[in-house]
This record gives sequence, structure tokens and C-alpha cells, in this order.
Amino acid sequence: MSSEAKKPQAHSTMPNNKPLFWNDPEKRALFFQALLILAVGGAIWIIVDNTLANLEQRGITTGFDFLSKPAGFGILQSLIEYNEQESYGRTFIVGLLNTLLVSGIGIALATLLGFVIGVARLSHNWLISRLALVYIEIFRNIPLLLQIFFWYFAVLRALPNAKQSLSIGESVFLNIRGLYIPSPVFEAGSSIILIALITGVIASFFVSRWAHKRQDDTGQIFPTTWVNLGLIVGLPVIAFFISGSPVSLEYPELKGFNFRGGITVIPEFLALLVALSIYTAAFIAEIVRSGIQSVHHGQTEAAHALGLPHGRTLKLVIIPQAMRVIIPPLTSQYLNLTKNSSLATAIGYPDLVSVFAGTTLNQTGQAVEIIFITMAVYLLISLLISVFMNWYNKRMSLVER
Amino acid sequence: MKKIGSVAAAAAVALTFSVQSHSATLDTVKERGYLQCGVSTGLPGFSNPDDKGNWQGLDVDVCRAVAAAALGDASKVKYVPLNAKERFTALQSGEIDMLSRNTTWTLTRDTTLGLNFTGVSYYDGQGFMVSKKLGVSSALELDGATVCIQAGTTTELNLADYFRQNNMTYQPVVFDTSDQTVQGFEAGRCDVLTSDQSQLYALRIKLADPSSAMVLPEVISKEPLGPSVRQGDDQWFNLVKWSLFAAVTAEEMGLTSANVDQMKNSDNPDVKRFTGAEGDFGKALGVNNDWAYQIVKQVGNYGEIFERNVGANTPLGIARGLNALWSKGGLQYAPPMR
Amino acid sequence: MEKFKPLPSLPAPVKTTGIIGWLRTNLFSSPLNSVMSLILGYIVLSLLIPAINWAFVKADWFGTSRDACTSGGACWVFITSRFSQFIYGFYPETEYWRVDTTFVVLAASLAWLMINHLPWKKWVSIFAVFVFPFVAYVLLHGGHFGLMEVETHRWGGFMLTLVIAVVGIAAALPLGILLALGRRSQMPVIKSFCVVFIEVWRGVPLITVLFMASVMLPLFVPQDITFDKLLRALIGITLFQSAYMAEVVRGGLQAIPKGQYEAADALGLSYWRSMSMIILPQALKMMIPGIVNTFIALFKDTSLVLIIGLFDLLAIVQAALTDPKWLGFSTEGYVFVALMFWVFCFGMSRYSQHLERKLHTGHKR
Repeated sequence: MSSEAKKPQAHSTMPNNKPLFWNDPEKRALFFQALLILAVGGAIWIIVDNTLANLEQRGITTGFDFLSKPAGFGILQSLIEYNEQESYGRTFIVGLLNTLLVSGIGIALATLLGFVIGVARLSHNWLISRLALVYIEIFRNIPLLLQIFFWYFAVLRALPNAKQSLSIGESVFLNIRGLYIPSPVFEAGSSIILIALITGVIASFFVSRWAHKRQDDTGQIFPTTWVNLGLIVGLPVIAFFISGSPVSLEYPELKGFNFRGGITVIPEFLALLVALSIYTAAFIAEIVRSGIQSVHHGQTEAAHALGLPHGRTLKLVIIPQAMRVIIPPLTSQYLNLTKNSSLATAIGYPDLVSVFAGTTLNQTGQAVEIIFITMAVYLLISLLISVFMNWYNKRMSLVER
Repeated sequence: MKKIGSVAAAAAVALTFSVQSHSATLDTVKERGYLQCGVSTGLPGFSNPDDKGNWQGLDVDVCRAVAAAALGDASKVKYVPLNAKERFTALQSGEIDMLSRNTTWTLTRDTTLGLNFTGVSYYDGQGFMVSKKLGVSSALELDGATVCIQAGTTTELNLADYFRQNNMTYQPVVFDTSDQTVQGFEAGRCDVLTSDQSQLYALRIKLADPSSAMVLPEVISKEPLGPSVRQGDDQWFNLVKWSLFAAVTAEEMGLTSANVDQMKNSDNPDVKRFTGAEGDFGKALGVNNDWAYQIVKQVGNYGEIFERNVGANTPLGIARGLNALWSKGGLQYAPPMR
Repeated sequence: MEKFKPLPSLPAPVKTTGIIGWLRTNLFSSPLNSVMSLILGYIVLSLLIPAINWAFVKADWFGTSRDACTSGGACWVFITSRFSQFIYGFYPETEYWRVDTTFVVLAASLAWLMINHLPWKKWVSIFAVFVFPFVAYVLLHGGHFGLMEVETHRWGGFMLTLVIAVVGIAAALPLGILLALGRRSQMPVIKSFCVVFIEVWRGVPLITVLFMASVMLPLFVPQDITFDKLLRALIGITLFQSAYMAEVVRGGLQAIPKGQYEAADALGLSYWRSMSMIILPQALKMMIPGIVNTFIALFKDTSLVLIIGLFDLLAIVQAALTDPKWLGFSTEGYVFVALMFWVFCFGMSRYSQHLERKLHTGHKR
């Protein structure tokens, strides 16, 4: 840049102890920063000015008033109560919740699948490790949007229609309209089950602490996992039978055009979820593989030499060390999955981009405000995931001694 | 120092741009040499590219009429395919000069969206298409149905109103393009496809077996479809408005693309004014005086446009109905050109 | 005295060599492994055989309409009959050679740079960076030198995918380098500006960026200035990608030992000289795998432009699928697109791994 031009002057002023203005690094830094502020400020000012002028000249309404106006259109899937009379602001919440739903479940599934494939990739069984490799190389090298289309337009479209649904025991149905599963109906007295569940969770927390302390004191190992599982699952089950089974199932039934009752999982959701999980799992598998491989083999040998059995070696020695390598890239995969869930708009799953930056934008015409809100929300989600994973990463790194 | 100078110069240039930005659309179009017209991404009869990528249809002919009036050459149009979601922003942002994409004229769109509808090129109403197998003969039997619908249309709102009025429930499956709604309907993702009736006929011929589906008799809304322009440019607004009226007037006067050359020399003062042999209508609009002649010569009158694209002899086979001239029981009516 | 001669060594036990040995160690090393191998083997075969049958044995390859598909397997006629549309979009048929020339020249100059020991690399790279973009623009867009003008809305198919990916990466790299240098800068304002810029673009989905570029960019500039739709998408993609590129560059810069910075300073080199002569040449070499990986990601992301109405490879196949004459061939269509993307992405990822191994010298510690 400009330094070349100044070079000769730098030589000529060498003997002078007091450098010229542009050769004093501090002043030069100040100058460049001021320049940047001016340039950025100017650019923003020009953009805002232009936008306002353009909006005014074209008579486009501005402001955020539209959020409280009635929306007047229906949405296929909503986690909260929604009907056509609700406001545009409500459509934002509905879309956001749908985004969070598919991202949350997607992250869980992708992590699970990714860890399985990543470990399989390191299997000594040739067939298993090859299959894992084939999986990874196929799914991570094909665009996600194509995979979503494939699942939605090629696979799910091949399902039968409502009258010829595939069914399991007349309670779970699968057809082109989605997956229908029975939903639990909580009757009077079912709160006791919830209480039992909470009790179980709290009890298992204390059991873990006690077991940890006992192991520290005596070296004896307590089968925490099984006892906790018993507490968390067993207590509610016992409560269920003692209180006279107050929870019943509502089965989906074919009435008119569609199944009614039960829980409906729409095919748009299924396709998006499957595609997101499978795609992201391929990346997570590679991360897990390299994480595990990064733990020196000497660690395993040392653990074995100490007499730790294989399972505990994995749990206490390998995984904690591998996690430190795994978590940072895993975080960015989680972020990617959340951002990629916006591809929902291509198949009509009512996520934030599809509902809010799609239909609502179109009905109100306020592109600037809506795109701004949408981008800000994704930014916020990204920041929150980063913060959480950084916190978790810090916690994990404490394992190092 | 050089740097500051260049930055300042750039800023100054940008500023002058923002100050003198409001030039007339018509001048821009003339200078550019072609019209940028927003059309649909593919709707047979209204705007659809053929195998070679040439655009055809009623909405496309409206664009061509405006190009003929503004530039004297109906082929000087660049078509910008838009889906329902992006059409208004494309017009607002100046990406296109006019929108001619089976768009319904509503109060909101005229006001808060900052558009000006210039007239009605097709009187339509929203209807329902169902598979014949379903055994439904009225829209009132559709309680609980799954409905395929295109995102960002007035039909989305009408549908909600209609079902609410009649105490029925429905599940909307919303797609980005009309093609996808047909795919969804074909595959059985939804029981009902709803859209403007003209579109339903157009979309039906995209089914593998068009005879397997039927359009229900109910029309649940008024859908006056027409071209629109940005607010704040009355000259351009007038030109687009009168290009459409000229096509209707031509039909009223019996001028067709075949006979307009001959009629040009007639003594009828109306025709003389229309073709620009007399009077200065073109000048008043900011274009050549033979603008209306060019429209009829190159594109045809409204009746020709209608019959060529959606009329009885096309795959769509739509009758004139509401779109006949007012003198023949329809609604197409052009204010007098004088 | 007789010299000691060892007996010839015995052959390894049959169980540990040859096919049997391989099978024993790799598939049947334990009862559990054996069971898994058998089950998985069965599943793989039962999926693979019908798939091969469908894709090759029972497939139809040539014809003009769907009537040519009689064998019950895959109907590749759908692909072969529309192949040129999938590759060139709506580009006029007589002008295909222009697209071909552009990409052949690009591929040739890239190959020249990649293959070791070829002379004149400097000149080839100068050509690729400074001359080629203009040649490519003139060839593809036309309107000069007697070439027919082909507007960008007629571009489509695989050609558009390549254009977006190549332009995106080429424009994002210099921007990314500047951002990365800014992020490591001592000056707080420049640093925080770069951090904010990078993190904002990395925090939002590409769809919203494309949407912004496609519908809002024209609102940001005065009415007189209009951008081509493709150009707007390219601007959005470049800004988005430069943030990711900046992180790759930052990784490369961090991998350079501090001694190199200090040595450059000790020699009295100015900031830009030490960067351009000492640091970046070393760092760029190390960044190549990262850049290739970013390119792969970008290459896959190009498919998103279909949401803003550009007809890239995926969009054009998707559009062809709704042709009433060809309903019901979505699997063939998607398999074709998947294969095209896969070949490119897999090839590039292999190349990047190869580079990583090759460059695994020097400063890596």
C-alpha cells in the first residue's frame, strides 16, 4: 500500500531523532484508525441515507408496527397456540421455535450418529471401518440442499397416501402426510409421576456425589450408572402403577382426509431433520476420529498398565483428552447445523426463514426490518451456542492436570 | 494524503449519486434500451419460457405492449423471473421497471407496499382443485383437508378467511413456487391445491394426468390481476396504465394486428387519434405518437392476447367470461382515449 | 570349518497370510466381530445388488422421450437427453465453445500451477490472476470483439455453479487476507472492526445473506445504480466467504513462528514488506489445504442460489423434474447432480489431503 511511496523519505529523515508525523507508528496508527472510522461511518451513513431516501420515495412503510398487526395466514406446524388472528410478531415466535426444534433435535441426532460413525471408522473390523469411511465420504461431499431435496422429493414422496398408511400395531402410522404417533394424555393424578421423576433426578445427583466421595476415600467403585438409571426410570414407573395409571395414550385415527389425534410429525420436518443429521454426522465423525487419534497411544498403554479395564480406560483416560480436541470443531458444526436449518424454506418447513422472512415479509413488504431481525436472531443463536460450548470447553480442559 | 483525497472523492461521488438519484423510469428505460419486466417463474398461459427460453403468455404480452409503447419494439424486454416471495421487493428495489406477474390488486399493496397497480389485465377469483378420486364436489366438504399453497400470495390469506368463516379446519403446506405446489398435489402431500382459478387450469396441465383432477365450482375471492409499478413516478405509471388500456381500446374499436395497417388510413377520427396520425397523445405520455399503433401491430389487441395465450384454443381453454369487453357482458373497460 | 548356515525360515502360518490371514485379522478376529461382519456384509450386499441392478444392469441410457425407458431400471434418458441444458443452462447453443474455452483455459492454468517442476509458474500465475478474469468475462458475457452478448440470466446449469464458486473464492481470498491481518492488528479500532465483520458474517446463514444481497442491496445504493442479479449474489457470497477465508488465513498466520516476525522486524522491513515478503509466502503455503476446504464448502453452497432464483445445476435439474413429460424421475435427477458435485468435492478433498501430507514439513511442530 502507501508505505512504498514513503520509503525514501524514511531514509532521508533517519538522522533526525524526532520522526516525521507519518513515520511515528503511534500517530500513524491513530491516523489509519481514524481513517477506518471515517470510511466505515461514511459507508454506513451513505447506505442508511440511500435506503431511507429509496424507501420514502417508493412509499414503502417502515417501522416495527407491523409486528402487532394480525397475520391472517395459517402455519403448518406450531409449538405454541397459533391461529390466523394472531399477530405477525407471533409468527416470528412460531418460526423461531420451529427452527430451534429442528436444530435441537438435529444436534442431538447428529452427535449421536457422528460419534458412532467416528468410532466405527477406527474399528479393527475392516468392513465396519470401510463402511464408515464410505458414509463419511459420500455424505460430506454432496450439497446439503440436494440431500434435503432427495429425502423430501424422492424418498418421502414414495410413501403411500393416507388410506394405505404403513402402520405398526394400529398405533403408529406413516404416510406421505407424515408420521403419526400416539400422544400421552395426562389425567388427574398424573402429577405424582412428575414428582417421582424429579425426585429420581435429585436422588441420582446425590448418589453420584456420594459415590464419588466414597471412591475418593476408599477406592471402591460404586455402579452409579445403573443405580441412577433405576432411580430416574424406575421411580416414575412405580409411581405410574401405584397411582392407577393416570396417563393414557391418544391414538391417531383416520377421520375424513387425515389422521387426527396423536402427535403428527410432518414430512417436511422429517426430511429436514434426516438430511441435517446425516450431513452433519459425517463431519462430526471425522472430528471424533481425529480427536481420538490425537490421544497418544501411550495413554492407553499406561491406563492398561495401571490395571484399568478397557471401558474405564475409554471413559476416564481417552475420551476426556479427546474431548478437548473435539469440542472446538464440534461447536462450529453445531453452529453450521443451526444455520443450515434455514434451508427449510426450500421444502416448506415453517422455520424462521420460511415463515417470517418468507410469508410475513411478503405480506407486509418490509424487507429491511424483517431481514434485519432474522439475521440478528441467527447471530444471537450463534453467540449463545458459542458461549455455551466455550463454557463446556473450559470445564473439560480442567481435567488436565 | 493521496489516500484521503481518493476517499473523499469516492464519498463525494457517492453523495452526488444519492442526491440526484430520482430520475424517471421512462428515461432510464429508453437510455438502457430495454424494459425490465418481472414475470413468474413459469406459469403456462401467463408467463412461461418455451423450450428455447423465449417467454410467452398473457403477462408477458403486457410487458411486450409496454416495451412497444416505450421503445417502439415489443422484443426489447428482459424478463426477470420472480417467485411470489421476491416479486415486491424486486419492484421496490428497482430491479425491475414493472411487475406483470398475475398479482392481485389490493389496498395494502397499493398503500403500505408502495406499489401502484395500473389496471386489471385479468379478472380472476380463487378456487380449489381436488383429485377426482376424493369424491368431493364442494369446497364446503373440505373440513380437515391439507391444502397446498404458494407462499406470499393473497390466496394464503383468503384461504384462512374462508375456512374460518365456514368453521372448518385445514393444514397449509406452503411452497415457494407453483411448480412445487403441483408436485406436492401430484404426490398426495395435500388433498387440495388452491390458487387463482386461471392458475389452477394452468397448473392442471402440468399434472401427469390432467383429467384426474377437477376444479371445484366455488370462487372464494375477487382476484383482479394486473401489472404494477413503483409509486412516485406518475409518467411511468401513466404509460403502463395506458398501454393496457390501448390494447382494450383496440379491441373495442375492432383494430387487430392484422388490420391495423389498413385501418390506419381510415377517416375515423378515433382511429386516427389512436394510431397517432392525429393528436399528440404519445407526446403527452412521453413516447412516440404511434405508441398505440405499435402495441396493436406488434402485440395485438386485448382479445388477441387473451385468445392466443389462455383462450379456448389453448391447452388452458379458458372462456372470456369476466374478461370479455364490457359491451359483451364482461368487465374489461377502457376509459376513453382523448 | 563349515560356515554356519541358518535353516531357511519357515513360511508364516497359513492362518496369518494370504486371503485367509487377511480375513482372520480384519473381519473375523473375534466372535463378536465375526457376527458383525456377517450381518453388515449381508446388509451391504442386499442393498448394493439392487442398486447396481437399478443403476446399470436394467437402466436405459439413450433416447428422446420417456418411452425409451422400458427396462424397469434407472431412466438415464432423462439426463442424457437434457445433458447440454444441465451443463450450459440457457446459454445459446452456438456459443457453447466460449464456455468450454473459458473453463479449459482455467483448468489448464490451474493444472500447470499444481504440477511440480513445470517452468514459468510465475507467468502462469500472473496470467491466472490478472489476465484471465478479463478474458473469462469477455468470453462468457460477450458484447465485445464481435462476440454476441449473452446476458447473465441465460447462464445456468453446471457452468453457473462453476462461475459462482470460482469467482467467489477468487474474490474472497484477498479480502480474507486483509481481514485476517486486520484481526491480528495492534490497532484496536481496526482489530475490532475486523472481528465484528468476521463474526457477523459467520454467525448468519448464507440464505439470509443471499436474500439480503438479492432484495436489499438495490435499496442500499442510489436508484441509478443497478446490479445484475448474478452480480448481487456474487457480492453476497464473496462477503460471506471472505469471513471464513479470514479465519483460514488467521490459522496460517498463527502457524508462523514468532521468530519470523521478529527477524523481519530486525531487518527493518516495514509492515507491508514483512507481510508480503516474509510472512504471507510462508503462511499461504500452509493455508492451501484450508483454502481448498473452504472452496469445497463454497462449491457445495453454490446450490443455495436456487432459493433466490438463479438456475445453477441443482435448480435446473429441479426445474426439469417438474416438466410434465418427465414426471417421476427425481431419483435419477438427484443422483446425477449428486454425482457431479461428489466427483468435484471428493477430488478436491483428496488433493487437499495430499497437500497436507506434502506440506507436513517445515514449521509444523
